[in-house]
Formats: sequence, structure tokens, C-alpha cells
Amino acid sequence: MMAGMTVADSAGPDLVACPTCDALHRVGSVPLGARGRCSRCGTVLAAPRAGAMTRIVMLAATSLVLMVAAVFFPFLEISAGGMTRKSSVLDAALAFSDGLTLPLTLAVAAFIIVLPALRLGLIIYALAPMALGWHPARRAVPAFRLAESLRPWAMAEIFVIGVAVALVKVGGLATLHFGVAFWAFVLLVLVNVLNDNFMCRLTIWRTLEQRSRS
Amino acid sequence: MAHAGTTQPVLTARGAGLRGCRTCGKANPAEAAQCLRCGSALLPEPGLQAVWAWLFAGMVVYIPANVYPMLRTLTMGRMQDSTIVGGAVELARHGSWGVALIVILASVVIPVAKFGIIAYLALAVRNRWPMRGNSRHHLYEIVEFVGRWSMIDVFVVAILSALVKFSLVATIAPGIAAVSFALSVIFTMLAAQSFDPRLIWRSTDSKTA
Repeated sequence: MMAGMTVADSAGPDLVACPTCDALHRVGSVPLGARGRCSRCGTVLAAPRAGAMTRIVMLAATSLVLMVAAVFFPFLEISAGGMTRKSSVLDAALAFSDGLTLPLTLAVAAFIIVLPALRLGLIIYALAPMALGWHPARRAVPAFRLAESLRPWAMAEIFVIGVAVALVKVGGLATLHFGVAFWAFVLLVLVNVLNDNFMCRLTIWRTLEQRSRS
Repeated sequence: MAHAGTTQPVLTARGAGLRGCRTCGKANPAEAAQCLRCGSALLPEPGLQAVWAWLFAGMVVYIPANVYPMLRTLTMGRMQDSTIVGGAVELARHGSWGVALIVILASVVIPVAKFGIIAYLALAVRNRWPMRGNSRHHLYEIVEFVGRWSMIDVFVVAILSALVKFSLVATIAPGIAAVSFALSVIFTMLAAQSFDPRLIWRSTDSKTA
């Protein structure tokens, strides 16, 4: 499907250097719905799909709405010995807010709320005009670059697993009820995983470049 | 579809006198300092210094993370500090072997394995150890994937501290080890990110353009 190439035109738009191992490939011939992988390390280099932009933007918008719900509605409710306590995602982030652990508050809030939300916003800003068939926004390239660099630092899905572990730890001591926000968060994570699997970064970059030029 | 894992000499962007971009995959002309497509900085020659620096930082802050208490539990007016390992031992003593195992795995085995793997990859690149197949590539992928998941422990502490606040009956507060553990995870992630995976493949690149 893809062949390593002899040195030809360096500016060819379908010439790809594998981001993981640097092997050169031509990806012009990858058909819609197929995946082109690097012949050396197996990294996906091209996965063109019909309507990919629209789907990515829709999924990002969905995530953003769920995010708002997840942050502001009660997340978990715990009751022990006649006392009840509701906790939101924000409370979890603020748990470190006294003494020496204060900086951790900012980090946790960033990892589970700010960065995931920022990343979704940037994806929508960079790709929504293209999904609608317009030219990309003026700052689409730096916006999408920032979104890509934020990816490892947006940890909403890890937080959900953390909740599961915490539940096991207190499960014996108290009764727990899930709030609206918990389910919103779980949905959010599923939508995000779907979105990341749908997105071939290199294909988006090529599309972004082509559309900006034309 | 081409099968991955060949160790035949492969023409790379570098071998062809081009500069591949790690963000978007564009093959840029050799004199470009920034990617012409996405604007990412293109380093002329990726090094290992940043990897070593972040790795050592991560290892250093991992020590207090294990020495100082991670959780401070106040039950019936009695304060009890527990470290990462101490907490797991406590869990095991109460019969929750599964959770204890998860805690040990997530906060001891995985972080230590990550230090080892990153150091191994960097040493292998520096000393040009011969490579068979693409096992090193798999190690790199594992470290890249697993890195963020160590943050679970910090989130668990945050959730517990937010939830369990019943004044004197039962209160859980975070300990200082939570901070150094979080820092250790962050530094190790930065170490993995500053490692350029293309270096792994250098030995199988074709030598002439």
C-alpha cells in the first residue's frame, strides 16, 4: 500500500516522515476507510475517512457539554453514621487546598478539568470551520498544535478509574451513591476514547494544510 | 498492509537530507528550523540530556513519595499516617488483596519499571547496543502509554480527602507524599516525552541518501 521511496521532490504533500521512526513513505494512495501504517514500526500514518472532520467536531462538542455537567453537578454522595456528604469534581480538585499540598490543587484541577476542556475547545476551533466546508480559522494551525501537545496531560479518564479505586477503599465504611456528574463523566470518557481512536492526527494535519492553501 | 518489524535498512527523512516533523509527519527541507506545516520546532539533532535530567528528577522526588505519609486518616480522634506501601500492607491485612495488589502495582512496580525502561532505552541508544526486532519500540510505546496512568494514586487521595470529611468520626487528609508522587509522575512523563523514538531506529536506518 505504501512504499518507501527514493529521494524525489522534498515538498511533496503526500510524502510522510513517520513521527515515531522517521522512515519516509508516500501516502497518496491510501483509499478512504483504509489505514496506512509505517512499514517499519507500524505507526498509523494515514486513515482517511468520509466525514471525519464532522464526526470529530460533533464528538468534541458532546464532550464539552458533558464536561460542564460533570464539573458542576454532584459527583458522589457518601453517607456514614447518619451523616451525608456530597462531593463534586471541583471538591476533589480542591482537596489539596491547604498547607503544603496547595500547588497540587492547581495541578489536579488542570489535569481533570482545565486541560481536557481547553483541548476540546481548541479542537472545535481548529476543525469546526473545516467540518462545515469553510476555510480553517486563521489560528487553526497553532490551536491544533496546542491541542496535540495537551493530549498526554488531559487525564479525565484516569480520574474516573481513580474514583473506582477510591470507592473500593471506602466501600466498607460507608454507603455511596453516584450523582449525575459521575455518569456524565463516564460518558465523557467514552466519547473521548472514541474520538481519539477516530482521529488520525497526520491525516488531520494534511487536510488542515491543504484547506488553508486552497 | 505492510508488516511492521523489519530491520532492513530503511530510507529515513534524515537519510534523505530532510527533517521529519514529529507532530505532523511533514518531511521538511533540511534548513527548516520550524515545521512548514504545523510550526513545531525541529531540532537538528535530538539528544538524551533532557531525558537524563527529567529521569533523575523523577527518581529523586520518588524517594520522599515513599518515605512520607500519603494519607492521613483521622478515625475516632486517632490520627494515623500511612505511606504508599504501608497503605497497601494495611489493605492486604484487611483481606483486600486485589486492591492492595493494584496499589502496589500502580505506585511501586510501574514507576520503578518506568525508570528502568527509560534508562535502558537511553543507554541502548548511547552505547549503540545491537537491536533485534522491534522490542525496544514496544518498550517505548508501553512507557508512553502507561506514564499518565500512575497519576491514579494522586486522584484517589484527592477523591478520598474530598469525600471522607466527617469531622472527628472519620476524616482523610492528603499527606505531603502526594505532592512528590505527583511530581515524580510528571517528571517521568517529561522524560519519556523528551526521548526521541527515532533514535531507537538509528541503527537500522540506511546510511546513504
